[in-house]
Amino acid sequence: MSEKFDAVIVGAGPAGSAAAMTMARAGLSVVLLERGEFPGAKNLFGGILYRKQIEELVPDFWKEKNAPVERHVVEQNIWMMGKESVTKIGHRNDAYKEPPNCFTGLRVRWDSWFADKAVQAGAIPVYETVALDVIREGNKVVGVKTDRENGDLYADVVIIADGVNSLLGKAMGVHREWRPDQVSLAVKEVIQMPREKIEDRFGLEGDEGSTIEFMGETSLGMAGMGFLYTNKETISFGIGVMVNHLREKRVKPYELLESAKQHPMFRKLLQGGETKEYAGHLIPEGGFDSIPQLSGDGWMVCGDAAQLVNFVHREGTNLAMTSGRLAAEAVIMAKQNGGMTATNLRAYDNAIRASFVMKDLKKYRGMHGLLQDMDPELLFTKMPKAVNEAAYNMFLIDGTSKAEKQKKAVEIIKSAAGGTMSLLKLGYKGWRAMNG
Amino acid sequence: MSNANIADKLFMIRYKCDDVSHLIIKEHQSCMSCTTKDCNYFCPADVYEWDKMKKQTSVAYENCIECGTCRIACPSDNIEWVYPKGGYGITYKFG
Ligand SMILES: Cc1cc2nc3c(=O)[nH]c(=O)nc-3n(C[C@H](O)[C@H](O)[C@H](O)COP(=O)(O)OP(=O)(O)OC[C@H]3O[C@@H](n4cnc5c(N)ncnc54)[C@H](O)[C@@H]3O)c2cc1C
Ligand code: SF4
Ligand code: SF4
Repeated sequence: MSEKFDAVIVGAGPAGSAAAMTMARAGLSVVLLERGEFPGAKNLFGGILYRKQIEELVPDFWKEKNAPVERHVVEQNIWMMGKESVTKIGHRNDAYKEPPNCFTGLRVRWDSWFADKAVQAGAIPVYETVALDVIREGNKVVGVKTDRENGDLYADVVIIADGVNSLLGKAMGVHREWRPDQVSLAVKEVIQMPREKIEDRFGLEGDEGSTIEFMGETSLGMAGMGFLYTNKETISFGIGVMVNHLREKRVKPYELLESAKQHPMFRKLLQGGETKEYAGHLIPEGGFDSIPQLSGDGWMVCGDAAQLVNFVHREGTNLAMTSGRLAAEAVIMAKQNGGMTATNLRAYDNAIRASFVMKDLKKYRGMHGLLQDMDPELLFTKMPKAVNEAAYNMFLIDGTSKAEKQKKAVEIIKSAAGGTMSLLKLGYKGWRAMNG
Repeated sequence: MSNANIADKLFMIRYKCDDVSHLIIKEHQSCMSCTTKDCNYFCPADVYEWDKMKKQTSVAYENCIECGTCRIACPSDNIEWVYPKGGYGITYKFG
């Protein structure tokens, strides 16, 4: 039998690298497996990185020279899109500067830098290698089979951090296949633009950054969200929709993206830019109720593979890093307390439950049901349309009195929802979904 | 900026292409009787196309961006989906 390690980690995304660096720093022998040419090669996100959870792993990372972040975010916006209109809500605050709250970023740079931190701490990188299955002895997981020759790796614990598709998790029966209504497909472009142009267009100074999340008629009747994030010399622009809706509507994903880019409000912001990359990825949206058991005899599962994503707030990397770190801490404890038994590893499940990860996901528990039950046309087409129409009328000076205008605005919204009762129900359901 | 053509979009991604497909249609018969041919639409890289002459779904696996949508969305669960071999497939520049 080949050499045995304390831990094998499958996947060098934020979850896997966080677990690897935490264990390696505690002196454990760990292998970090990644199927891509290098960590990040296969990965993409919208792009917001949250300082707090990163600093729990790499303090002051953002002060490093050439830290792999783009801009620090001082302004965040939500845009509700009509066909040729938009209603905006936003917040900008200099208080986000010191210390920075979050950053825009790009995954190829981020993931390779983050994995390097694990390697510097002593983790053994094994890249360009796919984990094909786990190796078991009875019920206990004792290693992984890889696509390398003589590629079996043995370890006391296998940490599954293989992302949303999580073939390994499926092969192990940790979770069943996701349903089309538990995932979204997002497509994204990275659009190059001179720095000064970005700063002028978005009202930014130096490395300040801003974000726009948008919903409404841009998702062509499907449940979904889009994003526009400012990087230093590029803009990340993308849109994601639920896969069941995508299948129903028979819209090609890249046509959906193109149509959002052509929206008059975005066309102007993107004008003159040059697309440098097209990419696509799934986002887990199942939420609290689709989170599987997180550990068992010789294994643990972290990050997207465990559906730990707060899609309401586009948080994922931070939940992934926290789950990786907490899994690693449970392993370190277990090693001191008699080994990687299922009972010892359960400390990880408990730590997650006690952390912001589970609390946040629990808060939005009802959101998934809401998106599942509601006609997406209502939430994503009719309501945004009505809001824009109402706003249009409120600001229009046409001789009608303000009181009449207000009455009309309420009428428009009510009738979009299908009457007063339906509007109240919609409001109640929405409130419950966010505060349930 | 407008770049609606999928071939142009995929051209920007670096691929290291294996000579065997990592995507396999399990039963061609199921595709024959599949009335919706959803895979012809939902794939972000236009990998699947119904070949009227051969009466089967053609699979341009070398264009695949490894998102996993087809694995979940084929209504007949007719696509066998694994990752390309280690180091093969797509490599993004930005992500
Ligand atoms: C379009 C989009 C926008 C997003 N926006 C944001 C955002 O703004 N902010 C945010 O915080 N989160 C965002 N997210 C979510 C975030 O990207 C994920 O939650 C996060 O990447 C999860 O990290 P992970 O380590 O669990 O999985 P991943 O990042 O997916 O990493 C998994 C790794 O495992 C590797 N792998 C998989 N299988 C194997 C195998 N069998 N063998 C070897 N290696 C394997 C993969 O190549 C990959 O490197 C977004 C996601 C998407 C798709
Ligand atoms: S959707 Fe599935 S069954 Fe239908 S044609 Fe495509 S692969 Fe075949
Ligand atoms: S994984 Fe994604 S890109 Fe590849 S064939 Fe399936 S749907 Fe298309």
